[in-house]
Amino acid sequence: MANESVMNEAIAMPGGVHAEPGMQVYNQKLGMWVFLASEVMFFTGLIGAYIILRFGAGDWALPGIPLEEGGTPLNINLTAINTFMLICSSVTMVKAFAAIEHGDQKGLRRFLLLTVLLGASFVGIQIYEYMELVHEGFMPRCSDELAAIVPNCHLFGSTFYTMTGFHGTHVSLGVVALIWVTVKAFRGQYSKENHGGVEVVGLYWHFVDLVWIMLFTIVYLI
Amino acid sequence: MATAEATMGGMAHAHHEEQSFIRSYIFATDHKIIGIQFLFASLFFLLVGGIMALLIRWQLGFPGQAVPFGDPISPKSYNALVTMHGTIMVFFALMPMVMGVFANYLIPLKLGAPDMAFPRLNMLSFWMFVSSGTVAMASLYVEGGAAGAGWTAYPPLSGAAQYSGVSLGQQLWIVSLILFGASSLLGSVNYITTVINMRAPGMTLFRMPLSIWSLFITAILALLAVPIIAAAAIMLLFDQTIGTTFFLPADGGQPLLWQHLFWFFGHPEVYILILPAMGIVSDILANGSRKPIFGYHSMVYAIITIAFLGWIVWGHHMFQSGMNPLLGTTFMISTMAIAIPSAIKVFNWLGTMWRGNLQFHTPMLWAIGFVSLFTIGGLSGIFMASASVDIFIHDTYFIVAHIHYVLFGGTLMASFAGIYFWFPKMFGRMMSERLGKIHFFLTFILYNLAFFPMHLLGMGGHMRRIADPTQYEFLRPLQPLNQFISVSVFLLFLAQIPFVINFFTSLFKGEQAPLNPWKDNGLEWTVPSPPPHGNFETTPTVYHGPYEFSSPLVEEDFLPQNAPLNGGERKAATVGAGAGE
Amino acid sequence: MDWLPAAASTYAGDLDKIFYVILAITGVIFVGVEITLLYFVIKYRGREGRKAAYIEGSNKAELIWTLTPALIIVGLAVASQNVWSKIKDPNRFPEDALELRIEGRQFAWGITYPGVDGQLGTDDDFTRYNELHVPVDKPVVFELTSADVIHSFFIPVFRIKQDAVPGLNTRGWFQATEVGEYELACAELCGVAHTVMRAKVFVHPRDEFQRWVSEQAQS
Repeated sequence: MANESVMNEAIAMPGGVHAEPGMQVYNQKLGMWVFLASEVMFFTGLIGAYIILRFGAGDWALPGIPLEEGGTPLNINLTAINTFMLICSSVTMVKAFAAIEHGDQKGLRRFLLLTVLLGASFVGIQIYEYMELVHEGFMPRCSDELAAIVPNCHLFGSTFYTMTGFHGTHVSLGVVALIWVTVKAFRGQYSKENHGGVEVVGLYWHFVDLVWIMLFTIVYLI
Repeated sequence: MATAEATMGGMAHAHHEEQSFIRSYIFATDHKIIGIQFLFASLFFLLVGGIMALLIRWQLGFPGQAVPFGDPISPKSYNALVTMHGTIMVFFALMPMVMGVFANYLIPLKLGAPDMAFPRLNMLSFWMFVSSGTVAMASLYVEGGAAGAGWTAYPPLSGAAQYSGVSLGQQLWIVSLILFGASSLLGSVNYITTVINMRAPGMTLFRMPLSIWSLFITAILALLAVPIIAAAAIMLLFDQTIGTTFFLPADGGQPLLWQHLFWFFGHPEVYILILPAMGIVSDILANGSRKPIFGYHSMVYAIITIAFLGWIVWGHHMFQSGMNPLLGTTFMISTMAIAIPSAIKVFNWLGTMWRGNLQFHTPMLWAIGFVSLFTIGGLSGIFMASASVDIFIHDTYFIVAHIHYVLFGGTLMASFAGIYFWFPKMFGRMMSERLGKIHFFLTFILYNLAFFPMHLLGMGGHMRRIADPTQYEFLRPLQPLNQFISVSVFLLFLAQIPFVINFFTSLFKGEQAPLNPWKDNGLEWTVPSPPPHGNFETTPTVYHGPYEFSSPLVEEDFLPQNAPLNGGERKAATVGAGAGE
Repeated sequence: MDWLPAAASTYAGDLDKIFYVILAITGVIFVGVEITLLYFVIKYRGREGRKAAYIEGSNKAELIWTLTPALIIVGLAVASQNVWSKIKDPNRFPEDALELRIEGRQFAWGITYPGVDGQLGTDDDFTRYNELHVPVDKPVVFELTSADVIHSFFIPVFRIKQDAVPGLNTRGWFQATEVGEYELACAELCGVAHTVMRAKVFVHPRDEFQRWVSEQAQS
């Protein structure tokens, strides 16, 4: 059984038989897809609430308008760079997976490391952005000064921090998982036949990236 | 090592070492032990919720009078009681009963699998549930008292302590809900993966018993619905604690947003509660009738249809909420529609019993009771589906009657059926049939005496969640009915004593259970009672569907799923474990 | 005993009719199902030497018991929709109505009347707490909101119920048909004194109502 590729279709059951063909993917991968479906619903709840609240509120702090004139307090340029970095980290993740699919241990380690760095940088920059925003008075509940300038500031703060905060938490947990996988990669615990951990963490990572692209568009750009 | 773990989903294989008591029974990863852990937990919370019900009925029947050996119930306490009774019964008694006990216990066994796909995740799910229950119980004792905004927690009442007088209690309520959600999620991931990927050879989807179909579909519902309430609960918690304004109108928040989010989860939630009950009842009715379930495919499609339609009816909880009346029309249509697959199921159950050879063992009595009472609960739902009639009966005892007919008459009775049915397999001992029948008849009769009159209260306009009906002139003539209901509820509570005695004495002194005491076809009855770790020595092979009762092909009136029919095979009953060679 | 309260508004009878239609239909189904169940329990009880009939289903039966409920449901939905729209659709609110503004708060009902000039929003408006006065046989249109949490405006004899939501102005109407004194209850849990958030409803003959309005204006 050790030589059999563990990433093939039907699950092996005690007694040397195979289970009924399910979705033709191994358990961990199926489990991750199923889990991600629930994550989609979670972010749908948060983003849906934001959309309803924003379009029910009327006036909103739009991008492209200076803060003093009631425009967005968010730093779109910095976040655009951050977004690009996250997208790059998905690319490096794909390359890491492709590497181990070919048995390339060095490539796996290199690209996993890059992914961790890019991911951690994303979190770091976001924390920096939060600090700048708080300094300006933009918080889950805005300062009185900012609330006087920015329309529906409290609503914006409430929704902004909840959505990006939970996303950031998901990214952070993803970075932790990536570090764990990277350590295992450096210990040579993945092979061409057996690298489910890389694939499964990769799936999670791509999901987190996709959610961010949606958030960046809906919250920052529109 | 990573190899074997990936192929067998990370479970220990046949030659695992002796585990310590703590690893085996406390931090157990065996789905059967976890199922039993959930059973004890659910029954405990059923007791807590039941005691709260007694206090509620005391106040309603005898407003302002001191509870025996205690004080009168204050209005604030009354609000906390109705809130926590609902919360505990829904989230800590019934949800874990169907999704913790039966999903865990039955799925691997009935599919021929050694355990769940992710046993350690399963353990995590149970202990997260324990933590959520602990937080909920703790909320009863904090300063300011427990949450008192109803199990539905509508803001602004629930969103700001200035309105309810409750601060920490409501926050803990929310936290316990979020923890519960996480536990539920882990369970769902496990159940879905296991059902899809770990069915024994020959166990095609359309050979799965209806209990498994319903648990599978329910797990999908839970997977997708629970995150919505988690998101909503987080937003409510933030409103309560860090000054956000999601649901508080002063700064642009929308109270109705909570209702939409809550019920978008809440309606699938009630189908999560009833579908597994229906599945269990199907299995037991077929067994008790010694007859195939009538319309197996229709039953599967009905489950799927109910699950699907359940997503688009949520607005019927909001007909009178101030939501656009046009939406009321669309939700009325979808809600009326969902009556159809439910009706189909009731007729198929009747069809199963028709021309059967009915064996009235205790589980069968409960299953029949389910059909009887769920019918009433379902029919009362039609009144509410009519948006216009709902104008009058919304937030009255008509709704309370409906809820309890489907949850007690439905889910709880099916749960009792399941407990009596699978107790022998779980514990290796038989329960007393005599005590079981006493439990059933007393419960069935007293339940109806207690809850049927609530329809009449509702027709009279009796509102929900009011601590003292005698404040209203138009309700005073109904007070004798309130008292009658209260006394019936007290007796109904006492009627559970035979069950408690039966359960605990049978655990230790019950007769040894044979392999297959109910002569059932499920794979779980082909392994010892209780089954060993890993369930099947060798994975069985499945040859036919789960309801081959009274088949003309064999002499016995049942045919286990793993019994091959090799021309003239007559001793189907003696098939043991590992017959799939 | 008539379990529904007295019907004292123009549309109460319409709503009750739908209720009774549903009661009749569900009643028949209820009796049918329970009697069938009882009959089967007796007729097919297990006996020595018997075997059950090995029947897996019937497509014909499935068709019948899918289509029949479907038809019933369509009928009920159509019937209900008319009454629903009549009571709740703002476009169908009656013209020439007395306009009131109602505000629920913890724990009282504040009703603002238009005063002698009959116009809301003018100086002679006045507000009273926990007493709703209306003239008989004249439509009343109200605008409803809350000052704090969600309440629900419920007058059983009129068969009107409408949630009062802070931040929203919901609208409703009724026309009283019987002179008398009735009760208004809050039908949405709103806090510790939810139980006693009740008000009196006075349906006056027309001229008596005018007199009452003038008296209030003077005080």
